[in-house]
Amino acid sequence: MDLFEYQARDVFEKHGVPVLAGAVATTAEEARAAAETIGTKSGGVSVVKAQVKTGGRGKAGGVKVAKSADEAEQLAGEILGMDIKGHTVHQVMIAQGAQIAEEYYFSILLDRTNRSYLAMCSKEGGMDIEQLAVERPEALARIAVDPNVGIDTAKAQEIVDAAGFDAETGAAIVPVLEKLWAVYRDEDATLVEVNPLVKDNDGNIVALDGKVTLDENAEFRHEEHAALEDKAAADPLEAKAKAKGLNYVKLDGEVGIIGNGAGLVMSTLDVVAYAGEQHGVKPANFLDIGGGANAQVMADGLDVILGDEQVRAVFVNVFGGITACDEVANGIKGALEILGDAATKPLVVRLDGNNVEQGRAILDELAHPLVTQVDTMDGAAAKAAELAASK
Amino acid sequence: MSIYLNADSKIIVQGMTGGMGSKHTALMLDAGADIVGGVNARKAGTTAEIGGKELPVFGSVKEAMEATGANVSVAFVPPPFAKDAAIEAIDAEIPLLVVITEGIPVKDTAEFFNYSIGKKTRIIGPNCPGIITPEESLAGITPHTIAGKGPVGLVSKSGTLTYQMMYELRDYGFSTAIGIGGDPIVGTTHIDALEAFEADPETKAIVMIGEIGGDAEERAAAYIKEHVTKPVVGYVAGFTAPEGKTMGHAGAIVSGSSGTAQAKKEALEAAGVKVGKTPSETAALMHEILKGMGLEPRS
Repeated sequence: MDLFEYQARDVFEKHGVPVLAGAVATTAEEARAAAETIGTKSGGVSVVKAQVKTGGRGKAGGVKVAKSADEAEQLAGEILGMDIKGHTVHQVMIAQGAQIAEEYYFSILLDRTNRSYLAMCSKEGGMDIEQLAVERPEALARIAVDPNVGIDTAKAQEIVDAAGFDAETGAAIVPVLEKLWAVYRDEDATLVEVNPLVKDNDGNIVALDGKVTLDENAEFRHEEHAALEDKAAADPLEAKAKAKGLNYVKLDGEVGIIGNGAGLVMSTLDVVAYAGEQHGVKPANFLDIGGGANAQVMADGLDVILGDEQVRAVFVNVFGGITACDEVANGIKGALEILGDAATKPLVVRLDGNNVEQGRAILDELAHPLVTQVDTMDGAAAKAAELAASK
Repeated sequence: MSIYLNADSKIIVQGMTGGMGSKHTALMLDAGADIVGGVNARKAGTTAEIGGKELPVFGSVKEAMEATGANVSVAFVPPPFAKDAAIEAIDAEIPLLVVITEGIPVKDTAEFFNYSIGKKTRIIGPNCPGIITPEESLAGITPHTIAGKGPVGLVSKSGTLTYQMMYELRDYGFSTAIGIGGDPIVGTTHIDALEAFEADPETKAIVMIGEIGGDAEERAAAYIKEHVTKPVVGYVAGFTAPEGKTMGHAGAIVSGSSGTAQAKKEALEAAGVKVGKTPSETAALMHEILKGMGLEPRS
């Protein structure tokens, strides 16, 4: 889960990372009220920042300096509702103004390649770091971090030395890096990025803008993280699926997909996409119902997919492994009974694996007008694409 | 021969008395696995009757190994306790630890995997179906009824795609099929499995299944080019996955321009690996190779 900048700011503050005062606002009036308070810390000046989970806000006009509360209100009114790379701005952060002397870069992230963590640091912050990494890789220090040791004082010193900071600046940054490590470790983050990390005119180090990604698998030990979820932005069908414990991702297409196992479902989307090319249709979603595939789970899955108005046919692709095909077929039968008249779109079912004959026989006997059985995955995908195109 | 697991493997189950653990212990016994006991500190000294067998329950992995000579542990421990279970197994120096558990925080996996470096335990998983050497042993949840013994080695990030591919190639069968797991950090990589299959005389050809996220497939491609002489057929899932969305597996995510299925497919093809567009096409490519090698299907 990616956090908004204001949420990252709050998390940083909780762990003692130096940040500037900031408050979130959803209306121009709230922005004005926030600017009246926060602006007093910086001579009436505040910064109005669009809260969107994408880069390039500044260039898109989503970050503006306000010299007064009046101006903050006016700017917030302009920025709220703005579209930045497909993200609508619903919130702005009113931040205290800063006297920036220098801008740096720091991040710590999960290094999948080395199955460890990686810290990256540069004296040249503020710009697009991917661009810096390509154009001037020597300006970006990359230091491996042992997950069982983390960033202690010695490691933080190694990082600032590798980045080429002078002794005085380095000494000021070291304790900030240790605190950012505490954010990474204690919040179960997979990314903590500060860009820019700034030195102000008084020599203080401040995290001016932060990006934090949290590990959703760690929610069981972070009840507080649930409140950080952006419920407003969640697709309503994704929210519905999540409430039912289903693993669903909404896509833009006409063929609904249900399958068991993440790999098989990803593969099913691909096979449907190929088959759909000649019919002008695409997969509508990812939905993994897991190993069980009982009637209720199958009904819940179909219910979510049939709630997608774009869907014109559904492809149920199940490999009977631990759960044999006859159980899966009974699950489909039971799901159709549960849904009754709510089941309105054709289902193409492909069963394969253990007890496949029994499973297919159950569906043959059911002879449900909406259900078509096809024996192979590729054939079933073609049939589902054809049905989605013809309806 | 096979890789990592054979008929002589003595297996203990961490979390054997839980729901998942007892269900799959019974299925492993069905598959012919030599399950010698379980571990549960709170039930130490008792026995559990699973699949018609009285299995002793030990207080720790170390005790279980001393009493039974176990050399493999399969862990079905819930996510909050998985790291401690793994560290216990590593400290006991068990040669092979298979972590089936899905949903372990990646910090915990990063910690126990890095803790295992330089020690004696190979870890498979987490979030994986485990490993099967058909007709010999099963350490995991792969259905043993799909396919028998044969010349194909299979390594995959995904469980159900492992099953699907085993099913499509059941006429030939498998030396060993290993599901390495779909998490961002796993203990055994495609490269580890490729290296082991290359060295295994029973394995004549290899199927490698990947999916979006990370760069494990790209690195495996480079490894194949340099070190693998046996024919390899590949499959990659997730061409249609949108950027920034996790597709079921915690590790299955395209981040910016990295981790795409297209990049993985191109890297594999550049290494001389034939890559199927669908699982069936991949199986067809493998059938051609096996026939070309003069190998006959199982009767």
